[in-house]
Amino acid sequence: MTSDVATAVYIALLAAFCGYEVITRVPVLLHTPLMSGSNFIHGIVLVGALVVLGAAQTPLEQGIGFVAVVMGAMNVTGGYVVTERILQMFDRSKRKVG
Amino acid sequence: MYDDLVDAVYIATIFFFVIGLHRMSHPITARSGIVWAGGAMLLATVVTFVGIGNLGTNFVLMLVGLGIGGTIGYVAAKRVAMTDMPQMVAIYNGMGGGAAGAIAAVELLGSTVGTTADLSVAGGLIGGISFAGSVIAFLKLQGWMPQRAIAFPGQQPVNLLVLAGAIGSGILVLAHPFPNGLLVFFALALGYGLLMTIPIGGADMPVVISLYNALTGLAVGLDGFALQNYSMVIAGTLVGAAGSLLTILMARAMNRSIANVLFSAFGAKETDTGPIAGSMKSVEADDVAVMLAYAGKVIVAPGYGMAVAQAQQKVKELTDLLTAKGVTVKFAIHPVAGRMPGHMNVLLAEAGVSYDQLFDRDEINNEFPSADVVLVIGANDVVNPAARRAGSPLEGMPILDVDQAKMVVVLKRGQGRGFAGVENELFYKDNARLLYGDASESVAKLVQALKKL
Repeated sequence: MTSDVATAVYIALLAAFCGYEVITRVPVLLHTPLMSGSNFIHGIVLVGALVVLGAAQTPLEQGIGFVAVVMGAMNVTGGYVVTERILQMFDRSKRKVG
Repeated sequence: MYDDLVDAVYIATIFFFVIGLHRMSHPITARSGIVWAGGAMLLATVVTFVGIGNLGTNFVLMLVGLGIGGTIGYVAAKRVAMTDMPQMVAIYNGMGGGAAGAIAAVELLGSTVGTTADLSVAGGLIGGISFAGSVIAFLKLQGWMPQRAIAFPGQQPVNLLVLAGAIGSGILVLAHPFPNGLLVFFALALGYGLLMTIPIGGADMPVVISLYNALTGLAVGLDGFALQNYSMVIAGTLVGAAGSLLTILMARAMNRSIANVLFSAFGAKETDTGPIAGSMKSVEADDVAVMLAYAGKVIVAPGYGMAVAQAQQKVKELTDLLTAKGVTVKFAIHPVAGRMPGHMNVLLAEAGVSYDQLFDRDEINNEFPSADVVLVIGANDVVNPAARRAGSPLEGMPILDVDQAKMVVVLKRGQGRGFAGVENELFYKDNARLLYGDASESVAKLVQALKKL
């Protein structure tokens, strides 16, 4: 195992702990925005998709990389808009009147 | 030089993600949380994009891909109705999983060896499962596939075999690459995601969506290892941990293990519990309106039926009328009511119900004995007293103790059973009355009747 991987494992461990701590005492009220918000955050996969497509050499790699970018971009924009809309519901001042 | 800038931006990105998540866990600051996270994501995407710096075909493909994916994601998310949010969360989750799987595939097609290849296989497996599973969850929630649990003989052995095959072919691809090995590996991973999700019924979707969210996070984290991209490692792991915790909370709210939710094909069969003492007594809207108007305290227990009937606006109207008459109105929200975590809260908040009227099961359960009337709107299993009885399929599930109120009025579409396929003993209690009809129309009738009083 290279030391790079070991470093990454340390980091991942701390990140996991951090994710756990941040969510521990959340009211049920916010479960939806939180789930949707974390759904948006794993949209960071788009960064990986861009890197992979940038380095793609064969048409097959380009094709799959392209699909990854499309899906990653959907994850990011869709995840953001959905979360934003859900959170808007909790904003008292700008709430649409029913 | 530019690499240093990229690293600096990635570090800032992670910092903002954590702040964003943290802010999202308090009602007052929640709205700004997504803005923090969104800003960070934009920054990370831009530096990555610029950093690639090769202006050939791949660059054009990237632009086109970003355009297509971004537009579809944006337009679909803007247009969808609030009631359809669970399937949107499911599908975007699936997109993330699919992207993670695709990244792993490209990595494995290239000349990667050693740890990177191992991690790519793991990321590809989990990403593929999450993609296929989320798509099935989406189809079920959207109603393009039957919502109920689909079971067939030998289901669990078959599923296990497929999973074992996926893992086995993954290992084989690493050790002794064989023709079309990657194809077999990804087909089995996708197949397992599909098989794993079809036996899970509609009411268990909150747990499933949350689980796939965690799995996608994990897949992204693993891809991050393979690509040596720490922002992906951290963001993915963060989501993986947070999502796992949320999944556990959901399952615990039903007093079932995650394994039970995933593998038992719960609700595929109807259970016959034998005759229940008492009889079902129906009631007219006018009588309910009188009861409500002269009550001191009314508790509303909403469920998926309210979402289906889109009754939340009418419920808000009813709440306002009652409040104006001096009646205290509270909402009792069961953690797994609806089809995604917090589904009821979102719908009621959309209709304009103030969130300090919404109470968790734990907060409000001891208030039921002091309530004059409880209105159960489209909820079933979460108010079934059978959960307190040994031997019932619902045994041990924490429920809302609505039957302890002086009077319980259940708004119900027909005489059907809840998702668990268990007859609801609540409907036969002496203090229970059934108001038949579409929830939205029934509440509208109540509003009309109340206005005339």
